[in-house]
Amino acid sequence: MGENAMHGSALPLFTQVAYLVAAGLFILSLKWLSAPTTARRGVIAGEVGMVLAIVGTLLLPQIKAFHWIILTMLIGSAIGIPIALLMPMTAVPQRTALSHSFGGLAVGAVGTAKYYLWLSQEPERLSYFTMGVLSFEVLLGFLTFTGSLMAFGKLQELIPTRPIVYKGQNVINLGLLAVAIGAGVWLTLDPSKSALFPLLIALSLLFGVLLIIPIGGADMPTVISLLNSYAGLSAAAMGFVLDNKLLIIAGALDGSSGFILSIIMCRAMNRSFTNVLFGAFGQVSAKALEAGEKRSVRSAMPEEAAQILETAQSVVIVPGYGMAVAQAQHKVRELYDALTRRGVDVKFAIHPVAGRMPGHMNVLLAEADIPYDRLYEMEDINSELAQTDVALIIGANDVTNPAARHDKSSPIYGMPIIDVDRARTVMVIKRSLGAGFAGIDNELYFMDKTLMLFGDAKAYVSEMVKELTSGGH
Amino acid sequence: MSFVMQNLYVFVLATFLGFEVIRRVSPLLHTPLMSLTNAISAISLVGSLVILGEQKDTLSTVLGALAVTASTINVVSGFLITDRMLRMFKKREPKRDG
Repeated sequence: MGENAMHGSALPLFTQVAYLVAAGLFILSLKWLSAPTTARRGVIAGEVGMVLAIVGTLLLPQIKAFHWIILTMLIGSAIGIPIALLMPMTAVPQRTALSHSFGGLAVGAVGTAKYYLWLSQEPERLSYFTMGVLSFEVLLGFLTFTGSLMAFGKLQELIPTRPIVYKGQNVINLGLLAVAIGAGVWLTLDPSKSALFPLLIALSLLFGVLLIIPIGGADMPTVISLLNSYAGLSAAAMGFVLDNKLLIIAGALDGSSGFILSIIMCRAMNRSFTNVLFGAFGQVSAKALEAGEKRSVRSAMPEEAAQILETAQSVVIVPGYGMAVAQAQHKVRELYDALTRRGVDVKFAIHPVAGRMPGHMNVLLAEADIPYDRLYEMEDINSELAQTDVALIIGANDVTNPAARHDKSSPIYGMPIIDVDRARTVMVIKRSLGAGFAGIDNELYFMDKTLMLFGDAKAYVSEMVKELTSGGH
Repeated sequence: MSFVMQNLYVFVLATFLGFEVIRRVSPLLHTPLMSLTNAISAISLVGSLVILGEQKDTLSTVLGALAVTASTINVVSGFLITDRMLRMFKKREPKRDG
């Protein structure tokens, strides 16, 4: 009886029903998330599902250590609530990376605990299938743990965001992964080789670190999505090990979500997974930049820029990560208000990889109270740009570089971009003429119709707002 | 072994369902999507609770405690931050003046 207790079929009826309903609610939750009008209902459905699943689990007869459960859940909540409520929206990518990391850790820890428990008490449970999936779970869980921690470090700029590369890096990484998989396969064939288990853990942890350090800041949207997918898959693997269908379903949903987002991100950069993971983007090309000769640009003061905006009929604002760094979103909203009040039609063009995670810019602009029906996806806005008076770029670079369309030698060639160069006037707010995250020059800055607005995005935008609100009425 | 096959069916079907449902999510909401799926996949809390609650030996209890703490953080912060983000998405108020 004891050994069957973990099998789904032997769960008490209440728990089974709770899990089933929770699975349904999780699916509804994601379905409702498809539109902003129903999205919050989706969160509630997810929460109810989660509570049901937790209650169903706590009613299992083998649960005894309630004091530990209450204590650890209180600690978890004490950490989780402040994170969720106090974290600035600009730091959402960091939080997401951290939560993938925690997810990986939990899965890895459960897998490890299960292995040693079964090894000492019920070795017959470690069948080929179970041990194989368990090895996979531990590998994926721990590599997601350290990999996401590294991603967090890069996003928080605790470690350099530039790719860190060395000779033979890919050979070493793949070799390490091969050894880890080898250890997993060996364990699958002979689970009693318990000395291999710590080796598997250590290799997984190390591989996670080495996998992420060669990846540059601009690739973070893809990497976060990929790690999201890993976190989900490892949770599904845990479901197989524990024979728990709710875990399998929730893990599969998360895994496919991360996978879809990774594909969207890769497409938006015209790159392959392999290229993102092993390409060390933005590293090689940084050298080529130094060779480039100095060209002249036109620059403008805030008063001048404000006048041009004021006389325009249509303005498209293209925000990028630089806007987030400068925390300029609230000032941008004031600019939006000032221009809208003067009858200027203001739209926002959002590139899929703008920012550090999928959808990052939308959240920042929504936080600043900019209505979401003013936010346009790249494909929808590009056809309008030729009829646009001013394209105002705030802290975006590579996603606006026309070289992506015609310069076959450019590292970003083929990447879909926002065609700001087709607008009548282009204005770029930028700190200096430095290169973007891809490490390449942007020819947009040297065009005749481009005005460079040098300065901190927040300070510059607020100067323009001041000009617009005091000038007329 | 039949439970293995059942689980594989569940996995495959859930993956396809996930693709279909998530494909329809507007890019506008991709950040909340990721934090919501994060919170949902923190359902690993269920497995962690069993390991901790059974309290079979010291190692499993310590690992279980670690896992419950980590997944609780994800559940709590995941749902709360998703809702906090979604509350910010508003349509334009009808205050058009020339």
